[in-house]
Amino acid sequence: MSLDAPQGHIGFTLNGSEITVPADPTARLSEVLRESAGARDVKVGCNAGDCGACTVLLDGAPVCACMIAAGQAQGCEIETQAGLVAGDRDAERLAQSFQRHQAAQCGICTPGMMVSAVALLRSGEDLTEESVSDALGGVLCRCTGYRKIIAAVLDASTAAPLAEGGVGAPIARLDGWQKVNGSERFGDDVAPADALTVQVIRSPFHRASFSFGDLETFREENALELILTSADIPGENRFGVIPGFEDQPVFAEGETRFKGEAVAAVVGTPEALAGMEPFPVAWEELASVLTPEGADTAVLLHGDRADNVMCRGYVARGNAAEAMSKAAHVVSGEFSTGFIEHGYIEPEAASARRVGDRIEVQCCTQAPFMNRDGIAGIMGLALEQVRILPTATGGGFGSKLDLTAQPYVALAAWVLNRPVRIAYTRTESIATSTKRHPSQVHMEVGADAEGRISAVRFDGVFNTGAYASWGPTVANRVPIHASGPYKTPNYEAKSAGIHTNTAPAGAFRGFGVPQSAVAQEQLYDLLAEKLGMDRLDFRRLNCLGNGDPTVTGQVFEAGMGIDACFDALKPHWDKALAEAETFNASNKARKRGVGIAAGWYGCGNTSISNPSTIRAGITPEGTLCLHQGAVDIGQGANTVITQIFAEALGVPVGQITILGPDTDITPDAGKTSASRQTYISGNAARLCGAALRAKILRQGNVSEAATITLEDGGITLSDAGTKVRVLLEPSEGYAIEAVESYDPPTTPLDENGQGDPYAVFGTAAQICELEVDMALGTVKLLRIVAAHDVGRAINPLLVEGQIEGGVAQGIGLALMEEFLPGRTENLHDYLIPTIGDVPPIESLIIESGDAHGPYGAKGLGEHCLIPTAPAVLNAIAHATGARVHHLPATPDTVRVAILASGKGA
Amino acid sequence: MPLHRPESLDAALELLQGGRAVVLGGGTDLYPALRDGTPPPEMVDLTRIDGLRGISRSGDGWRIGGATTWTQVVKAELPPLFDGLKAAAREVGSVQIQNAGTVAGNLCNASPAADGVPALLALDAQVELAAPSGMRRMPLSDFITGPRATKLVPGEILTALFIPEATGQGAFLKLGARRYLVISIAMVSAVVEMEGDTVKSARLAVGACSPVARRLPTLEATLAGKSIAQAEQAALDYGYPELSPIDDVRAGAGYRREAVATLVARALSQAALTDKEVPHVA
Repeated sequence: MSLDAPQGHIGFTLNGSEITVPADPTARLSEVLRESAGARDVKVGCNAGDCGACTVLLDGAPVCACMIAAGQAQGCEIETQAGLVAGDRDAERLAQSFQRHQAAQCGICTPGMMVSAVALLRSGEDLTEESVSDALGGVLCRCTGYRKIIAAVLDASTAAPLAEGGVGAPIARLDGWQKVNGSERFGDDVAPADALTVQVIRSPFHRASFSFGDLETFREENALELILTSADIPGENRFGVIPGFEDQPVFAEGETRFKGEAVAAVVGTPEALAGMEPFPVAWEELASVLTPEGADTAVLLHGDRADNVMCRGYVARGNAAEAMSKAAHVVSGEFSTGFIEHGYIEPEAASARRVGDRIEVQCCTQAPFMNRDGIAGIMGLALEQVRILPTATGGGFGSKLDLTAQPYVALAAWVLNRPVRIAYTRTESIATSTKRHPSQVHMEVGADAEGRISAVRFDGVFNTGAYASWGPTVANRVPIHASGPYKTPNYEAKSAGIHTNTAPAGAFRGFGVPQSAVAQEQLYDLLAEKLGMDRLDFRRLNCLGNGDPTVTGQVFEAGMGIDACFDALKPHWDKALAEAETFNASNKARKRGVGIAAGWYGCGNTSISNPSTIRAGITPEGTLCLHQGAVDIGQGANTVITQIFAEALGVPVGQITILGPDTDITPDAGKTSASRQTYISGNAARLCGAALRAKILRQGNVSEAATITLEDGGITLSDAGTKVRVLLEPSEGYAIEAVESYDPPTTPLDENGQGDPYAVFGTAAQICELEVDMALGTVKLLRIVAAHDVGRAINPLLVEGQIEGGVAQGIGLALMEEFLPGRTENLHDYLIPTIGDVPPIESLIIESGDAHGPYGAKGLGEHCLIPTAPAVLNAIAHATGARVHHLPATPDTVRVAILASGKGA
Repeated sequence: MPLHRPESLDAALELLQGGRAVVLGGGTDLYPALRDGTPPPEMVDLTRIDGLRGISRSGDGWRIGGATTWTQVVKAELPPLFDGLKAAAREVGSVQIQNAGTVAGNLCNASPAADGVPALLALDAQVELAAPSGMRRMPLSDFITGPRATKLVPGEILTALFIPEATGQGAFLKLGARRYLVISIAMVSAVVEMEGDTVKSARLAVGACSPVARRLPTLEATLAGKSIAQAEQAALDYGYPELSPIDDVRAGAGYRREAVATLVARALSQAALTDKEVPHVA
């Protein structure tokens, strides 16, 4: 070792400052930078070089700090995102470009992306899409679909920032700058330096019984502060998200039901945990069942759920059996998809501290109020005794709705009265967090001689894993959505969620609808082929229009915009087909194909109350505060909700101070899921802005047309040439405030699933162009064109960001992703798309309005990925003549399909 | 927890005696293998040793220092013989991994899917191993003996690779399920020497389709004198008895066996071309 730094210390230059920090020289540099040098802009996503989030420049070269021994950095120059943006002209330009392009969504990969990009900018290499991709290929992003990141690097310049604006304006993300300058703080970034660490003891078997040794002796001998087991739960050892289905224990009692399930937690200093002896638990592996086949005869996971059926869903309309028998053309098929991991780059993390008789939990989350209620139940506390302080959330996509890390830190901090933290390892995150449900679908579609859909029968079996989580939602949603956005007069759809000994399947962008679309949209291609119809024309003929009943009998008199999506795609479709035909005429080894698919999605909860509340006020000093509790997990709620509120109130967004989320100060804006925040919380924000405006105008006694100006510590109203000053009374709280709620109008479904489950549906259709290497089965995507009816684009740039990110996840679903319990528990065996796997995406934004949405806006988040996978699969079939029924369409699967179709010789 | 950073080979060898200390290079295999656990109690960092880093001419060939990073391989001025090795270097994980990971590390880690091994096998690379008792050399094909197994004995250091002088041009093809950061389903490296329109000699190696990457001497022997089209056909017709691919999460054995034939044919053709296409296949 160099003698430049004192024993036990390492000296290096961090962002231009020479520092010496106490550090173990064999420790990971990422850990030393974060914990000793305060550089929490260095993110840890995998500790294995698989994600690149921890990328720093080491003597100018990008490296993963998680794989560098801290001692190897002795005497080196280290640069991180925060230091670069603060002190490097290239990086500052890049940061501005990231803002302009909204290249950061959640922001967790942004440090790695920007640091890698700075190295490229400094290299003087030509900036092309290829050179940018090569330079950034080692950093994974799960939100953006990479296209805006590529655009931002190519455009790193001092161009003017985006203009401000209200509804309809592509303004910069209001919380964007902190994401691009390295100051954003995620789940593990806010952990107090003196916090103890929790480590969870988990089952190594899919199913096992277990017994503990002498825990108190173990605790003493290993200098641990605390050991927690089910015996230490003061409230109920049970949590869940659907009333009546709260079935998951914090710590298993006697038997574990999936590999990775928690049985205990140890709490201590990082040093104590690093040196800890093996935890005294004896396991006995028990017979397990991992798929729905055989689950009906396996030991019941939950005694009250016969045949291991969690629940079923059913929607029926007309007479599907009779109509099918009379159909001129019928196609049917079996399709399946596997477990899909959310793959956010930020693993679950939380910290907690006890404040008197209250517990405060800081965590990355999509559902602070549900977290609060869950923690209160587990700890036997009143709701008011629990405070959830969401940090920035580094991607969620559904899995950060459920409680994960929070109960452990809350319990430990409560008992010890000391701050406690936990950050999941990547393996822990993948092994134990919820997943997209694996699906097995049998579907049958009939049409009349003219090509009109006459009947659909759908039977979907979903592996819901060991616990219910959001499984009931999937079981309910799928039969409502399995028709796709098409007129289907005779319809019968069944679904079942089956318990197995796997990680719980829960919420994941689309709640089962992407899986049913894989079956439905592929069968529509087969049917169009049988009918000799163009695949787009066939869909256009059958798609829902205003006034048409859906499969639940719901009729939308306005805003059913799927026809407009198909019409917008038509010229792209014709061009793509012609280009593919030309290419294929002169190429044998590689074949091009074009696919199309559509999707729809009902925004918000299914047929139950789903309110959001937004509060705003003006302080006596004239500061306008928006209590914004709709958690922004990267999708842009902080910006969208503020734009809507500003529009309704009639002030520029720049005058609004955003507060929260914090369950103590922001009212419940519900969970960030089901594409509900823009629609539901957006409506609450609109109502709140309008109510506040009415109060202000009333105080000034001016007309509805008056202009509100916040200035000089007060409010000036301008109305028809006159100006009125509104006096703000001194007050402890707000001088003027408004609180408004919105709950979507829905109706319960009857025994046949008939009713109005959602007030708003969004629709979308996408085209995929690709090229297949016939001999290898590899698929190269060339282009995606995505037409989305969003009702009204509150912020078109955010809409594009959602589309591109959803498409990227759809690509992963189609081509490479599958979680195999116990096998793909890291990010090199579980593959998500890299920057080189997402082709150019053209977004066609359709604004057909909506009767209920704020300014006509609909939700969008889930819709984006629903059509992508079937569009890809349909394009593969078009290119090769081979249809892939069982995902993912990895090269070997595609090649097998090509051989089976007889075209692979 | 000492981390030794010797600057001479002798010092490094001395530090490794006793068998306690673990060798550290770029860390790109060592740290991930810890699976979030604590690092070994004592490590010897070999990346600062004089002469262990860099590529140079050496007698009848080239010497690649063991601690040479993959980025250094990419950036080195080398003849077309090394095109396959350079292409392989660009496929090692990501830029981040290429900047830290070393050539010796890739060999000593002995993953069946190590990106560097097929290209080096096709170049007839020899490894140089240093011990306190002296140096020894052996062909790379002898050095790696199985998955995660080599002939490196405790206390020994892989100091360099030697690539014999040869004419010809290299190519490398990696087949994976995504573009970057991907573990191979299969990969093929070729070095082809042409004489006019016919193959004078061809050297071929396949990775990720057997416990250790393998040369294909039987096929190689049949290619001399063939046109490239005939050589490609021979590759497609060959049975690849040297290989024993397995089913894993990345692909099935049958697919691997079939894909290899396609990859070998394409690698031959690419190595015979003077104007290269982008070598990435998936």
